[in-house]
Amino acid sequence: MTMEQIIVTPSSKETKSAKTPEDSKQLPLPGPDVLIKWLRDMKLIREFEIRAVQAYQNKLAGGFLHVYNGQEAVAVGSIAALQPTDPVITAYRDHGHALARGLDPKVGMAELFGRIGGCAKGKGGSMHFFDVPNHMYGGHGIVGAQTPVGAGLAFATKYEDEVLNGGTNTRVTLCFLGDGALNQGAFHEAANLAKVMDIPVIFIVENNKYAMGTSIERCTSAADNLVDKGVAYHMDSVCIDGMDITNTYPAMKALVDDIRANPRPAFVDMKCYRFKGHSVSDPRKYRTHEEEQENEANDPIEALAKFLISSGVMEEAEIKAMNKELRVEIREAVKWAEASPEPGIEELYKDVYIEKWGPYTGTSLPNFMKDSTRGDA
Amino acid sequence: MSRTIEFRDALREAMSDEMRDDPRVFLIGEEVAEYDGAYKVSRGMLDEFGPKRIIDAPISETGFAGLGIGAAMMGLRPIVEFMSWSFSLVAADQILNNAPKMLYMSGGQLQVPIVFRGNDGAGGQLGSTHSWCVESLYANVPGLKIVIPSDPYDAKGLLTAAIRDPDPVFCLESERMLSMTGEVPESPYEIAIGKAVTRREGADCTLVSFGRPVHFCMEAAEQLAKEGIDCEVIDGRSIKPLDIESIVTSVRKTNCCVVVDQSWSFASIGSEVAAEVHKHCFDDLDNHVHRVHSDDVPAPYAHNLEAEMLPNPRKICEAVRSATYNA
Repeated sequence: MTMEQIIVTPSSKETKSAKTPEDSKQLPLPGPDVLIKWLRDMKLIREFEIRAVQAYQNKLAGGFLHVYNGQEAVAVGSIAALQPTDPVITAYRDHGHALARGLDPKVGMAELFGRIGGCAKGKGGSMHFFDVPNHMYGGHGIVGAQTPVGAGLAFATKYEDEVLNGGTNTRVTLCFLGDGALNQGAFHEAANLAKVMDIPVIFIVENNKYAMGTSIERCTSAADNLVDKGVAYHMDSVCIDGMDITNTYPAMKALVDDIRANPRPAFVDMKCYRFKGHSVSDPRKYRTHEEEQENEANDPIEALAKFLISSGVMEEAEIKAMNKELRVEIREAVKWAEASPEPGIEELYKDVYIEKWGPYTGTSLPNFMKDSTRGDA
Repeated sequence: MSRTIEFRDALREAMSDEMRDDPRVFLIGEEVAEYDGAYKVSRGMLDEFGPKRIIDAPISETGFAGLGIGAAMMGLRPIVEFMSWSFSLVAADQILNNAPKMLYMSGGQLQVPIVFRGNDGAGGQLGSTHSWCVESLYANVPGLKIVIPSDPYDAKGLLTAAIRDPDPVFCLESERMLSMTGEVPESPYEIAIGKAVTRREGADCTLVSFGRPVHFCMEAAEQLAKEGIDCEVIDGRSIKPLDIESIVTSVRKTNCCVVVDQSWSFASIGSEVAAEVHKHCFDDLDNHVHRVHSDDVPAPYAHNLEAEMLPNPRKICEAVRSATYNA
């Protein structure tokens, strides 16, 4: 790694197919303050996930829990390339994206605990982190289902620009999906629509090599060359290293800027690795311990820390102080979440419709008969 | 001012009026633009509003339904046309999982003001896969609303209300009724979602129906009147919310109820109405609620079989005679 990156002027004229991370166009890295912030953001996600798993094991959180350990450079490096109002949408492994987009970790933790202080008032859970003020549109549970919706977010930005605002501003939408989602029809319909409508959405395939417990070679055609899937729809398609943010960010920044300048869809095969199981209950029998160790040695957080030390931006002691500060912050988040009350029972019936007429009282008396002496109560 | 126009024109007027009034409203669907609409509902709209607001979609129901949902989450007001509700089944995850649950699972942060509309129910001999009545299937899901106009006046009023509504609304039209004519006011108006209307007053039996079978009920009522049975016909207009109050009020007057629902009988709108009427009118009823549905078979192609499968005036007459002990 080096601070000197090759600058390639983006060209939107033809469909590109960059098949290795080295092929993708890159811009230079930002200054030291930003690099330090990235390290902090990535460490915050890691610490959040470690505490989330503990809380899950202590039964403070329920449902499914899919943690992001190992993939932090993807969310932080990609989202760093955005402007604040650019929409982001992802699947159920969503804590990292929401935190990278600016979600307060205590609000995220409260959501995991099913508390009223959570980002969805405890009604979404781990898989549904929504944070609209930070332009985070979820958090979606059905594999691939967020891809047409992501195309719709981007369509709306294009519509706002062209129909409502007269071409004043272009936003770029990041739509994250897992490599397993490539085998869902929804993705292919979204990709085709995005291309024929020239929608400014970037489909980022977080290629962590496993669709739950099925390795990509066993379930996905062209597994060693996913960019072909994007090329098939004539999208600009690039392969980006998602394990080293000093590669992830410049490549994503170049792509995002290019899409903003010439609105159209793009496809990214983002190479990464999921350090933990699909969910907390996953015994990971489908892969070897050696493979895990080999990949964990390539930790994106350690890589950036080493880089910052070797390039003189940070000292070892500063990193230790950062670790300590984050441990305190997340511990406080857990405390705050625990102290947040469970949602009141009235919340069960709120947010079903904007104008309340429900829930449907088919098995109890409708309001107009409340004074009736007949029927059940 | 009113004038006589077709059902399809009434639908188009509702969409065009709202699009003139609100630039956030757009129409997307298969063949809605250059083809002028597979059933000519959107005829001429491309000329007026242009291709950025009248959008031809590929044959990708999951894709364009999901795109509409994402656009609605950003504050636009999409109208998504399904050429047939039968084709909405391939978009079930989007229309049942995403549209009606987004508000709830985001803790109230994201509303989805979207309209899905298209032809519901049997067309003319379209066979098993193209003849879906989706109302009973979809009405089971919380978070969505369903309207089902039975004439041009209701088509314009209910669709206008649906487009203005802040929640997802499914508008179920009928291919068999698109050419039906009726008096429709020129200026925009809304018909309240969740309110039924009495189409015919009567003393002996309440017929409750929705959409196209309302007309079969009216035919049956004419026949039954000749036999001395005086039917009241309630057109639900909306399926969800269901106007139980109007139904119950009528049944308390007639002491008799027959529900006519074009979907299959098992766990249906008909069974729901029957359950509610039995609960609220237990002491008022002279007989159990009778139900007329499509027969519990896939829709056949042959003309005579299809006519026999669907609710029809003969079946309705038989049910009313039985319910009123005139069989």
